[in-house]
Amino acid sequence: MSNVVVKVENISKLYRLGEVGTGSLQQDMKRWWAKTRGKEDPFAKIGDVNDRTVKSDSQYVWSLKDINFEIESGDTLGIIGRNGAGKSTLLKILSRVTTATSGSIKVKGRIASLLEVGTGFHPDLTGRENIFLNGAILGMTKTEIKRKFDDIVDFSGVERYIDTPVKRYSSGMYIRLAFAVAAHLESEILIVDEVLAVGDAEFQKKCIGKMNSVSKNEGRTIIFVSHSTHAIKALCRKGVYLVNGQMRFAGEIEETLKVYEDDIKDPETERLISSYEATERPDSPAQILNVRLTDERGTEQTSFDVFDLIFVEYIFVIREAGLSPISPIINITKDDTELFWSFASDNQPAMIDKPWEPGIHRYRVQLPTPLKKGRYSIACKLGKLRITDIDSLPVKLRFEVEELSFNSDYKSFAHYRPGIIPALLDWHKF
Amino acid sequence: MQSLQEHKEEQWDLEIKSETKLLDFHIADLIRYRDLLGLLIRRDFVANYKQTVMGPVWIFLQPLLTTLMFTLVFGRIAKLSTNGMPMLPFYLSGLIPWNYFADCLNRTSSVFVANASVFGKVYFPRLVMPLSIVVSNVIRLAIQFGLFICILTYYIVQGKVTPQYELFPLFFFNILLLAVLGMGLGMLISAIATKYRDISNLMAFAVQLLMYATPIIYPLAVAREKSIGWLIELNPLSPPMELNRLIFFGNGEVSPQTMLYSSIVAVVIFCLGLAMFNKTERNFIDTV
Repeated sequence: MSNVVVKVENISKLYRLGEVGTGSLQQDMKRWWAKTRGKEDPFAKIGDVNDRTVKSDSQYVWSLKDINFEIESGDTLGIIGRNGAGKSTLLKILSRVTTATSGSIKVKGRIASLLEVGTGFHPDLTGRENIFLNGAILGMTKTEIKRKFDDIVDFSGVERYIDTPVKRYSSGMYIRLAFAVAAHLESEILIVDEVLAVGDAEFQKKCIGKMNSVSKNEGRTIIFVSHSTHAIKALCRKGVYLVNGQMRFAGEIEETLKVYEDDIKDPETERLISSYEATERPDSPAQILNVRLTDERGTEQTSFDVFDLIFVEYIFVIREAGLSPISPIINITKDDTELFWSFASDNQPAMIDKPWEPGIHRYRVQLPTPLKKGRYSIACKLGKLRITDIDSLPVKLRFEVEELSFNSDYKSFAHYRPGIIPALLDWHKF
Repeated sequence: MQSLQEHKEEQWDLEIKSETKLLDFHIADLIRYRDLLGLLIRRDFVANYKQTVMGPVWIFLQPLLTTLMFTLVFGRIAKLSTNGMPMLPFYLSGLIPWNYFADCLNRTSSVFVANASVFGKVYFPRLVMPLSIVVSNVIRLAIQFGLFICILTYYIVQGKVTPQYELFPLFFFNILLLAVLGMGLGMLISAIATKYRDISNLMAFAVQLLMYATPIIYPLAVAREKSIGWLIELNPLSPPMELNRLIFFGNGEVSPQTMLYSSIVAVVIFCLGLAMFNKTERNFIDTV
């Protein structure tokens, strides 16, 4: 017996652009007239591929075109794509909120969707009443909700307010209660939208953690939509990648994400840059003149081995006497994650009190190494402490770290070990 | 048997297709979501009277105040004939079923637009919404009807009215008829309202007009003598209203034929409404 629980076959959806409502009666008449004569929809023919960057004469676009995939029981499938790629439309069709123009979806088992938490919450009703109402809207029966009621209240942590109308809840309590209901859904297949994961980081973690445990421990199938590769990587095993309403790739999540990441790479931001020289602006009170990335011999480099030392040379000019307090700042980012900020004043506190002498100042700073394999960028700023930036470079320095001298004794630096920074720690018995 | 079914590959619990049957009552779906129906009815009721001082007393007060106004304006000032029936129970007997019909119609007709935020996020059989409206209004109707019976009893004791007791069960058929008509017409309008918002602006006016075209503030016998009497007779709402008067006052212009006419119109409108509703629920969220 095949394990396929969701089978999506040739799903396409046509959308009308422009202002819906103007002229629609006339078009409706034409469409109806064509239909009664047994002809095709006259407006469907002119449908274009959905590329929002290209202006087209057609008023109709295929928001989704010929989508096919299957999901096996217990799988977690991530749907990725840029904004407007058709992710949400696909989600809505899977959730039966709207229907496709053609194609079909076959499902085994109960399917529940979480495009939002707290759907149907009524402000005047109490937390208790809303748990029941929201649960029922999501497809639970009264008996199921009763059985899970205590769990839901526990999870939400709003026990004291359970008989208070939810309009008196803080927004945090409201979300917690809403998510608590959603987290206790019992369907075999769960469709989850990333908008669910808005809110603070702790809450996001809770959401993803809960979903992870749901799919792993309870063997449920999850379809998750996001344009955050992080969330998808954390949660999904399979992936479907949409571009302009069409399937670009489907397969294992690593491969899917690789295709996606290769696609969204901007060639300009991928260039490695070892130095930047600014054009002088004599009227500015202070300015960064030159920054360079070098190895320990002072040679400019863009590629480093894991164990190489990395230096930044930072030259700036102070033109206005008595300008204070100012510090050179660098901040380092790896794959959109900020690693740290460093101020020259960190180890030279006098900088905060003493006005700068006019003239050119040179600093050299060594980055903490080893760094793990990957691409890093460094933004350089000249900042009035805690107030504002006096100057910041329009271009970031970019370098890469390679595993050239990989040593199996130093596995903490290996790129396949999870985590952003390497840490060779001292473990001993005590 | 179980294992046999499991070996069959194409054993799907649900098939989401682009085309659906238009005259689908979604019976199985509705049964599965019966708890939601119950909770929605409860929500309607509870939420309406929360944070009001008098709470459900408003259910009594609304028709009473309107009836008093009618008595004053149409009875005392305009001196419209009630064909010998006492004014207070006469207006009330028309107003209570009318309010039920109008509430069903009004709220059903805006069901898509009013619930777009919920409908856009989660699936449940959309039919649950109009059904919950019709049922929760029945509760209101029952309470108001109790009030009406009290007032009527007073007039019976006084010897001013003689109801036809053997016809009483027909009152329930009447309510069913009004529910089917109100929900059917409401669904029809709700479907159009998702595309052409003009409808919702028109509704308040149209419902009022319909009230004056229905024997609420006058008996059909009086309207018949006027030049537009045929229009009132054509109104499918007239026979049930007149039947009510026949039941409670022994004074109404209704026959099995006219009731049959109303029932047929109600069923046709309901089926039409259901078909439009089913067609609209598929992807109204794209246009609303």
